[in-house]
Amino acid sequence: MEPMACQWTDAPHSMGTTIMAVEYNGGVILGADSRTTTGVYVANRASDKITELTDNVYLCRSGSAADSQVVSDYVRYFLNQHTILLGRLATVKTASTLVKELSYQNKSFLETGLIVAGWDKYEGGSVYGIPLGGTLLRLPFATGGSGSSYLYGFLDQAWKSNMTQEEAEALVVKSISLAIARDGASGGVVRTVTINEEGVQRKFYAGDKLPLFHEEIAPRPTPIHAN
Amino acid sequence: MHHPQVLRSQMRWECHGGQEESKQEQIYVGRSLMGPPTPFTLMPMPGVPITHTQQPYVTGTSVLGLIYEGGVLIAADTAGSYGSTTRFKSVERMKAVSNNTLLGASGEISDFQAITQLLDRLIVADAMWDDGNDLGPLDIHNYLTRVMYNRRNKFDPLWNTLILGGVKNGVKHLGSVSMIGVHYVDNHIATGFGIHLAQPIFREEWKENMTLEEGTRLLEKALLVLFYRDRSAINKIQVANVTEDGVHISQPYALKSEWNLEAFKNPTASAAGSW
Repeated sequence: MEPMACQWTDAPHSMGTTIMAVEYNGGVILGADSRTTTGVYVANRASDKITELTDNVYLCRSGSAADSQVVSDYVRYFLNQHTILLGRLATVKTASTLVKELSYQNKSFLETGLIVAGWDKYEGGSVYGIPLGGTLLRLPFATGGSGSSYLYGFLDQAWKSNMTQEEAEALVVKSISLAIARDGASGGVVRTVTINEEGVQRKFYAGDKLPLFHEEIAPRPTPIHAN
Repeated sequence: MHHPQVLRSQMRWECHGGQEESKQEQIYVGRSLMGPPTPFTLMPMPGVPITHTQQPYVTGTSVLGLIYEGGVLIAADTAGSYGSTTRFKSVERMKAVSNNTLLGASGEISDFQAITQLLDRLIVADAMWDDGNDLGPLDIHNYLTRVMYNRRNKFDPLWNTLILGGVKNGVKHLGSVSMIGVHYVDNHIATGFGIHLAQPIFREEWKENMTLEEGTRLLEKALLVLFYRDRSAINKIQVANVTEDGVHISQPYALKSEWNLEAFKNPTASAAGSW
């Protein structure tokens, strides 16, 4: 039993994760679960996987927690310099390209799948997926992390173009909830970040308030039976 | 490439026995194109050769090509696979390199994107000479062969098989370069699964001076077989037509597939057991 007991204390922090971002008419919605694991232990049940790169561009992180944090720190630093030099907000494309460069040029060291999404005045809302290897793809919506496997079929059916903000938000929350229900590496709360012309809005959906799915039951007070 | 900056750095490299280059260079092609070492290297290790020999993550399947009377036709589907999952269904696997050359790739998509970025810079650098002569498809083919072979020698390959097609001065060119630097030209070409399924069809049915219609029909025939028999293929293809005048890549479209065969409807009806 000894090796088993130590396994998770030594295992690298990984965000199994479910992350996604959806473009709607006017902006983007980013969503993520909140579970960070070291092996089988949940090291953090309320992590924040949606990280700010600039005022108008955010990043969803999956895979190795350390790798995604360091990439995010570098890009935030580069974009800070770039914004000062440029004199206006960075574009989502620029942010995505920087993330891609780091991912691609260091592909043999990094294990992180990322989604960059935000709003700029040229393209409106845009979503860029940067999976392992450092491919850069602009997409109408993107998913990532181990939990995303459970969403391919669901989103093939449920996603449609030109959604309103409410529809897009509902889709993101439902998707992450579905993934949490089946993926052991995803769990906790659902966090969403909405980015549009007006600015950025964070939302929090508590774990016990998420919809219940197949064979899940609602919590209730402990039943006490008299003998 | 006769860009003066490249020659100078090459001379320096020869004089100092490669130390200066190996200290800084991580990418081994044309200093003038890749630029100085960027801040994107997270773990620079001066003096240590970087060995990668990676594995591919997001991959494209077969690319097919054939020469017809007006130029070259190249086709590929738009799938980006992630292992056994068809993760992305609208990936561009063919790009116009110049106005008379097209590059298609199978293999790792991120490496294909890096190659097209490299070729964009190559074409611009070439055009800036403004000497009345631009790189043609054969030149690009040879250049890519050097790139791929040199990366292979550093154990850091670009994980692609490339198809390069184009027309210059009336001469049509269609060739292939693999991730280890194997390169050849032919009248009809395929990568990946296409080697096994499409090439035999081409060998039987390709002829000199096919019309655009005939060439497209032949490519579609091969692509349909690949859709039936290659698990990574999807029914969403693009066909590119490269002539002396320009490159035209079609919008993605789907082929009509045949499933309504009697033998398919009840295959186990007369079988013993259920198979």
